[in-house]
Amino acid sequence: MAFDPTADYPLGTQRPDLVRTPGGLGLEELTLDALRSGLLGAAEMRATRETLELQGEVAQAAGRAQLAANLRRAAELTGVPDEVILEIYTALRPHRSTAAGLEQWADRLESDFGAPLTAAFVREARAVYAERNLLSADERAKETAV
Amino acid sequence: MPSETFSLPMSEQKRPRSRRFVEREQRELRRELLIAPHPELGLVAMNGPNDPEPGLDVQDGRVVALDGRAESEFDAIDHFIARHGLDLDVADEAMALDDGELARRLVDVDVTREELVRLARGLTPARLARVVALLDPVEMMFALKKLRARRAPANQAHVTNLKENPALLAADAAEAAARGFAEIETTVGVSRYAPLNAMAILVGSQTGRPGVLTQCAIEERRSLQLAIQGITTYAETLSVYGTEPVFVDGDDTPWSKAFLASAYASRGIKVRFTSGGGSEALMGHAGGCSMLYLEARCLCLARAAGSQGVQNGSISCVALVMSVPAGSREILAENLLAAWLDLEVASGNDAIASHSPTRRTAKLMGQFLPGTDFVTSGWSVMPRYDNMFGGGNYDASDIDEWLTMQRDWQVDGGIEPLTEEEAGRVRERAARAIQAVFAAFDFPAITEEEVEAATYALDSRDLPDRDRAADVAAADRVLAEGISGLDVARELDRRDFTAVADAILGMQRQRVSGDYLQTSAIVEPTGTVSAAVNDPNRYTGPGTGYRLDGERWQRLQHLPHELDASALDEAGEEREPVVLEKHVANLGNRSDDVVIALGPAFADGLQTTIGGLAHRDVLEALTQGVREAGAQPRLVRVRRASDVAFIGHDGALLSGSGIAIGVQSKGTTVIHRADLQPLDNLELFGMAPSLTLDSYRAIGRNAGGYALGQRVGPVPTVMDNFARAKLIVRTTLLHARETAAITPDAPAVELELL
Repeated sequence: MAFDPTADYPLGTQRPDLVRTPGGLGLEELTLDALRSGLLGAAEMRATRETLELQGEVAQAAGRAQLAANLRRAAELTGVPDEVILEIYTALRPHRSTAAGLEQWADRLESDFGAPLTAAFVREARAVYAERNLLSADERAKETAV
Repeated sequence: MPSETFSLPMSEQKRPRSRRFVEREQRELRRELLIAPHPELGLVAMNGPNDPEPGLDVQDGRVVALDGRAESEFDAIDHFIARHGLDLDVADEAMALDDGELARRLVDVDVTREELVRLARGLTPARLARVVALLDPVEMMFALKKLRARRAPANQAHVTNLKENPALLAADAAEAAARGFAEIETTVGVSRYAPLNAMAILVGSQTGRPGVLTQCAIEERRSLQLAIQGITTYAETLSVYGTEPVFVDGDDTPWSKAFLASAYASRGIKVRFTSGGGSEALMGHAGGCSMLYLEARCLCLARAAGSQGVQNGSISCVALVMSVPAGSREILAENLLAAWLDLEVASGNDAIASHSPTRRTAKLMGQFLPGTDFVTSGWSVMPRYDNMFGGGNYDASDIDEWLTMQRDWQVDGGIEPLTEEEAGRVRERAARAIQAVFAAFDFPAITEEEVEAATYALDSRDLPDRDRAADVAAADRVLAEGISGLDVARELDRRDFTAVADAILGMQRQRVSGDYLQTSAIVEPTGTVSAAVNDPNRYTGPGTGYRLDGERWQRLQHLPHELDASALDEAGEEREPVVLEKHVANLGNRSDDVVIALGPAFADGLQTTIGGLAHRDVLEALTQGVREAGAQPRLVRVRRASDVAFIGHDGALLSGSGIAIGVQSKGTTVIHRADLQPLDNLELFGMAPSLTLDSYRAIGRNAGGYALGQRVGPVPTVMDNFARAKLIVRTTLLHARETAAITPDAPAVELELL
């Protein structure tokens, strides 16, 4: 049955057939019995890219364009390792990165993680940071020198 | 005019201090400073002189000017809002409406939430602030009721303690969950404790009621780590600010915050941003703008970043906002703006707003009566002493007040009554569950003594001290070994805490489906998510939207200490008879005859006064008093009336002296005289609860004195203005019993005191 974002929420109760763990388990398989049998690992207990994309569709259909965009970025980030997530977050904080540094992150997001929306977001930050003096001190020094 | 006789008017003399002014200065309220608006520092509630003129200029689908600033002058916040925060398809239409028209639509019951939310997508921050500022407090409350995203309101709890005792954290979380809080937030005194505190409230919450969302407010990286391990399920620490310098001082930019929000969502964690009036002024960079305008920027930014909601309404700066005129109104306007922008609202009322309970509650009504997604963003389930958020605006000691206010207004403030027994049971269960978890992971043991203390404690001072160095070492292991929520569930299951294990597994399952990432999502005990998507607020006038009725109203109105009215009057146990009815009362013929006229139920159906005096003792005191004055008491029962005036007057008509004492069963007494009108009297003692046996004896003496024609000074009485509030229910019930004992038209009967 096709997904109807206006009617199929909550996915967990309306469309459990569409929800899978990263390892392919269905919601109904996430039971104490499975836990006892050692079938469940912590890495299994998170949303997949597909699930978050569906949630993005739900938000969009409810008229929440920005929440939908956030969920689409989140969908992309499901494939990014925890440590890298924290590194990118730090890179986006004020005065942490050079323009080139942010551009490198954008490239990696695109090429290594299939995350073009997040990459565009980082590039947008790079442009504004340059304008608002939010790049790292090294960068500002460089600009002054130029 | 001879000048030496001229005296200065009072106003020009050095006056003594007014004792009333001095007394008021000692009140708790006066510990707080009130200040006149000081716009340069951002200390102005709304409509600040430096707030920009609203405006939006779009060229070729690009915002080139926003609220008085050209694109070249945009700061980072403007850039972010311009790129992500405006729906340009609706902007022309929305910005063309004048302020008054938009304000009118906010309170027009026929303009739907959906339509208002659509228009808000095209309005700039300055415009939004200006429109809501046109509403008075009641209009704001109405608009907020209409605009709340989720149909039913809910509430959030704070759970912390100064000793960071895990058993007490678990017990408090369990009680919070059992009381119906939909979310529970903890934090730390020492940041390394975070994993253990988060684990304790996870276990406690799921013991109390499955589905409660939990979070631990700490530094972002650490917070994200706990979320990744499945030990927490939401985060609301993403603070945003209305000016760029403050944002940067907070070590973030709109992009870093928005990225963080996506990162949380990617791990299946619910996120809301935090903002609130006064923070920019406090941090020294308000740019001369009003609190409401800067908050409008925060809210537009939060929505632009894709946050499903916010915690706002000044939050930790509440006392600063309330120092300026219209502070409470500004805070309500913030909540309203957030709801208008289609955001989930956790509406403050957590940090202490005032020393004065009156003022705190007056402020609360703005959110309590309309209802918000979370009426407070942290209701201190434990005593304020243990609240580590600087919170405790409402705390453990206020729980009955809150429940009673819900009952008074028939309003759902998101907290359910719980009996002492139920609380004890769930607290102990949670303390044992976390004890089992600590044992399973070989963390420092939680002793039986701790479990017991956690179950029955007032606060953490009742708990034994733990080895804190050992506890933080255990906390470090949670991170180092990646101990997850799933591991906690597994160990609980192994130790026969099957239901708790299943509930924690249920929360892990929620992370897989991601349903609670949608706006205003909470999780029902069944595991079903209730959010603005599937349970939207569709208020369109009386009788629509969320009403506290049916089962829920029954649940909230019946408080554990509520009494059954029929059980309030005396138990019908067999008692020794006090009086014997002899015959129809005669007309007295002695001039020293004083009739003591009793109500129909006196010393019969009822046996004690409302002040707890036995009727026998009252009769003995009255007769003794009459005799002490030298007169002769005679007892009669008036059967046709229950009103003290008629009881007394009927007695007086039978009295040889024309003087009678009328006494109702509840103890209200009158001294009457035959020639007076029934509702007149010689002395009336309406304050029955404060009458003592000495008073009754003195009343007897006075009645005797009147009968003998002596000069009589009135019996002194004590006034207790709270007696009515305390006793009016009992009075009503006792009086109902007296009235029920009336025999219409029956003559009075003479009595003998046995």
